[in-house]
Amino acid sequence: MNSLSAVPVRLDQSLRWFAQIWRSLRRSRQGTVGLMIVIIHMLIAVTSPLIVPYSPSDIDGKNRLAPPTREHPFGTDSFGRDLFSRTLLGGRAAIGVALLAAAVAVIWGGLLGILLAFIGGRVDEVAMRLIDALLAIPGLLVVLLIVVALGTGFGVLILTLGYAYGVSTVRVARGAALGFVARDFITAARARGERKGAIVRRELIPNLLDVLLVEYVMRASWSLTAISSLSYLGFGIAPPTPDWGRMVFENQVLLAISPWGTLFPVLALSSLIIGINLAGDALSKAIGLDRSREAPT
Amino acid sequence: MSQKLLQVEGLTTGYRSRAGHIVQVIRNVSLEMQRGETLGLVGESGCGKTTFGMTLLGHLRPGGQVIAGSVRFEGLDLFGLGPDELATIRGQRVAVIPQSASSALTPTMRVADQIAEVLALHLGLAGSELQERTLELLSQARLPQVDELARRFPHELSGGQLQRVAIAMGLAGRPELLVLDEPTTGLDVTTQAHILDLLREIQVSTGTAMLYISHDMGAIARVCDRLAVMYSGEIVEDGAIEDVFAHPAHPYTRGLLGSVPRLSYSGLPRAMAGRPPAPGEDAVGCAFVPRCAFADETCKTIDPALEPTDRVGKIPHLAQCHHWRRVLASGAAGWMQDLKARTNKAAEQEPLLELAEVDITYAKRGLAAFLARWRGEPEPPPTVSGFSITIHRGETLALVGESGSGKSTIARAIAGLLPPRSGRIRFGKQDLAAEVESRPAEIHHKIQIIFQNPDASLNPRHTVKQLLDAPLRLYFDMDRKGRLARSGTLIEEVRLTPRYLERHPGQMSGGEKQRVAVARAFAAEPDLVLCDEVTSALDVSVQAAVLELLAGLQADRGVAYLFISHDLAVVRAIADRVAVLYQGRICELGPVADIYSPPYHPYTETLLAAAPEPVPGARAQLLAKDVQEADPPARGCCFQRRCPRRIGSICDDETPPGQIAAEGHVIRCHIPLAELRESQVDLISPADIETHGVGADAR
Repeated sequence: MNSLSAVPVRLDQSLRWFAQIWRSLRRSRQGTVGLMIVIIHMLIAVTSPLIVPYSPSDIDGKNRLAPPTREHPFGTDSFGRDLFSRTLLGGRAAIGVALLAAAVAVIWGGLLGILLAFIGGRVDEVAMRLIDALLAIPGLLVVLLIVVALGTGFGVLILTLGYAYGVSTVRVARGAALGFVARDFITAARARGERKGAIVRRELIPNLLDVLLVEYVMRASWSLTAISSLSYLGFGIAPPTPDWGRMVFENQVLLAISPWGTLFPVLALSSLIIGINLAGDALSKAIGLDRSREAPT
Repeated sequence: MSQKLLQVEGLTTGYRSRAGHIVQVIRNVSLEMQRGETLGLVGESGCGKTTFGMTLLGHLRPGGQVIAGSVRFEGLDLFGLGPDELATIRGQRVAVIPQSASSALTPTMRVADQIAEVLALHLGLAGSELQERTLELLSQARLPQVDELARRFPHELSGGQLQRVAIAMGLAGRPELLVLDEPTTGLDVTTQAHILDLLREIQVSTGTAMLYISHDMGAIARVCDRLAVMYSGEIVEDGAIEDVFAHPAHPYTRGLLGSVPRLSYSGLPRAMAGRPPAPGEDAVGCAFVPRCAFADETCKTIDPALEPTDRVGKIPHLAQCHHWRRVLASGAAGWMQDLKARTNKAAEQEPLLELAEVDITYAKRGLAAFLARWRGEPEPPPTVSGFSITIHRGETLALVGESGSGKSTIARAIAGLLPPRSGRIRFGKQDLAAEVESRPAEIHHKIQIIFQNPDASLNPRHTVKQLLDAPLRLYFDMDRKGRLARSGTLIEEVRLTPRYLERHPGQMSGGEKQRVAVARAFAAEPDLVLCDEVTSALDVSVQAAVLELLAGLQADRGVAYLFISHDLAVVRAIADRVAVLYQGRICELGPVADIYSPPYHPYTETLLAAAPEPVPGARAQLLAKDVQEADPPARGCCFQRRCPRRIGSICDDETPPGQIAAEGHVIRCHIPLAELRESQVDLISPADIETHGVGADAR
C-alpha cells in the first residue's frame, strides 16, 4: 500500500456511513417521502435561475393580480410580477442562509457541548447554567434584537441564527457526549497518555456524528422557519431578492381578492419544512435502530 | 397421574430472516423431565439455552415460530393453547426465575406487593392470608427481617436479596416446574453459594422440578441431578450429572469441562478452538465438526442422532456423536503444562512496581468536604487503606476479592486515573506522579491496562487497524507503513488473521474483541499490564483461550501482570502470587501454592469454601453471611463483621498483625498461626488428577 492509503480508507468509511444512513432512511416510507420533497426543493433552488420564464422583478403592467394563466402559471402580484418565477426563486436565499446558519449552530454548539461533557466538573457546571440562562430568552427575540441593531446582511443573519440555535445544540451534544465520556475506551485513551484534543477528536467525535447530523437537519428546518418569519417582518432577506416570507407579507392585504400571491409561497415553504421534518424524524429513528441492529453479527 | 412432567418432542423453532428464509434456533430437540427432577442445561452463549428455556413457558420471541414438534406439559400442548389457558399455566405451574432480578422487578412497587400480585392472580388469596403467605415466601427464600424488608423497593435491596425475592416470586404460584435462567450470574461467590444452597433446599422441601440454565459448570454441579448439553440449538449430550462430568461422551462436553479452571489444579485449562455457529450458519453433518478433534469424513456428511451410549445407570446417558466410543475411551481433556515456572519472586528479583501505604478515597473533597466536617459528619474510612505491594519483573500478581473490595480502584490508581490520597507509587527507580497526565511518555507505554468488557473499552467507531494504530502512533516513531506492518504482526500474535484489521468491534465475538484489546495493550511493549477482570465477561471456553494467550505472551516477553479477578480458580491457573483483598485491605498475600492450603486467612477460607468447583454433589460450606458492607470498618480488622472465626473485641479495635506463615506468605489475623493451622481443613478436594490426567491430548 502507498502512503496515501489512509485517506481513501477514511473516505470509504464515511461513504459507507452515509450509504448505511441512506438505506435505513429508504426503509421508512415517511423518510422516503420527506427525502423526495427535500430533494425536489433543492433541485429547484439550484436550477431555478435557469428555468424561470421571467426575471423576478419584470413588471407586466397589463396583467396585475392575474389569476393563473398559461402565460403566468401562478398568476401575478399587484405590480404584475410573475408569481411562478418569484416562488421558484423565493427559496434560494432562505435555504442558503438556513443551511449555513444550521452549520454554524451545530459546529459551535456541538463542539462546546462535547468539550463541556469531556471537561466536566465546575467549568461544565457554570457553563451549563449560563446556557440555561441564554435558553430562557426566546431565540427569535434575540435574533430580532441583533438584526435590528446590526442590519440584515447575509453574514449577520447566518451568524445570528447560528448563534441562537447553537445554544440548544450545546445541551443536546453535551447530553449525548456524557453517555460516552464515562466509557472505558475513553478511560483507555487517557491511561494511554493521549492528549485531550486527540481524545475528543479521535474517540469522542466519531461516536457523536450521527447525533450531530440529526441535530443539523432539525436546526436547518428551524432556521428556515426563523428566516421566513424575519423576512415577513421585514428584517430578513431584503428586497429586491424574492423571498417566500416577504412575498406573504407583500400579498396578504390582497388575500381576499387575489390569494395566489400568498398561497404559493406558503405552500412552498410549508412543504419544504414538512419534508425536512419527515426526513429528520426518520433519520433519528434510523440511527437509533441501526445502532442496536449493528451490535451482533 | 403420569410421572412425566414435561415432554418435548422434536421441537424446532426459528424465525424468518429479512432475506426471507427460515433460520432455525432450536433444532429437533427431544427431552423429557420427570416430576421433581433437576436438570442442568449448559452451553456457550448463543447456543439457544434461554430460547429453549422460554419455550417451556410456551413463549417465543417476537417473530419466532414453532416449525416442528411440540412441548407438552403434563400432556397439554403448550403451543396449542390459547392465551388465557397459557396465562394460567405460567406462574402457577411453570415459573421462570430470570437472570437479572434487578431488571425483572418493577422499580416503583414494593417487593411484597409484587409477590402478592402473583398470589392474588394465581391462588386467589386475599387479605391477611395473602399477607401471611407473602412473608412466608420471603422467609422461605431466607431473607432476613421479612416484615421490614417486604416494604422496601427493589433498589433498596442488594443483588443477592433481589435474587431471593425473584426466587420467592417464582415459588409463589407453587409451580411444578421452575425455569432458572442463569440465576447466580453476576453475584459474588459467597452470595452465589447461599443462593445455590437455597435452591437445593427448596428442591428437596417442595419437590419442584427445575430446569437450571447456566454456563457455569460449578453452579450446575451444586444443584442438578441430570445434565443436558446444548450446542447450536441441539441437545448433544444428556445423562446423570456424575456420569457426564466423569465420562463425557460428546467432544463438546469434554471440551467445555476441560476449559473450566479448577481450584484443585494449578495448570491452565485447555481452551476449545473456534466458536459456536450463529443460527443459520449450520451446514450438513454435525455442527461441531469445525471445532472437533475426533471428526472424520462421516461427521461432515451424516447428521449424528442422539443415541444411548454404553454407560449404564439410573438415568440413560445419551450422546449425539458418531464417535462417542472413542470420546469415552479418551477420558477427560486434561490441563496444559505451565508455560513458565511459577515463582515466588519476592526474594530474588528487582521490583518493577512498588506501592507503599497507599490510601485511596472517593470521599468528598474541597468545599463539600469542608461543609461535611463543619456539620460534624464523620469522615468515612478510605476505600483502600494502607495498601503496600510489590510486583516484580515478569511475574503475575493476582488481586482477588468480592465486588467492592477495591481491586479496580487500585488498578486505576496505578494507571494514574484516580490519584491516591496518600502513599507512594514507585515504578522501577522513579516515583510516579499521581495523575497520568503528569507522567512522562516513557511511563505511559510501560504500564498498560486491559478492561473487563471489550465492548466498552474498544471504540465502536474504529476499525481494528485504527485501534492498534493508536498506541503505535503515540509511543513509537514509525511511519504509516511501519505501523500497519506492526499491526499485522500484533493481530497474528493474538491468533487472529490480518483480515480482522478492517473490522469494527461490532463485527466480532466477545473473545475476538478481548484479543484485540490484548493486542492493543501489547502494541505499547509494556513492562506491566493491569488486567482488570479480563475474562469475567467471556464464556469459559473463550476464557481458557484468553488465559492461555496471556500466559504465552508473558512467557515470550517477560511482562508482569497485575491480574484482577473475583474467581479463585482462574487465579490459581495463572498467578505466581496472590493478594486477597477485603474492603480495600490486604488479608493475605503469598505464593499461589500457599494460598490454597491451610493456614488460611478466615476470609480466604470463606471464599474457598464457597467457590463452586465443578464436582457433582459437592456442597458449599457457608462460613459467613452474604451481607454486602457499604463502608469498611473504621478500626480493627477489615473482616470483623463477617468473620466466622472472630475471637473478640481485639478484632474490632486493633489492626491485625501480619503473621508470616512461610516465606513470602503473610496472613493478617489476630488468631495465632498454629491455631489456624490446627482448626482448618484443606478445603480443596484433592485433584481428580487420575481421571483428568495432565498432559498432551488429542486436539
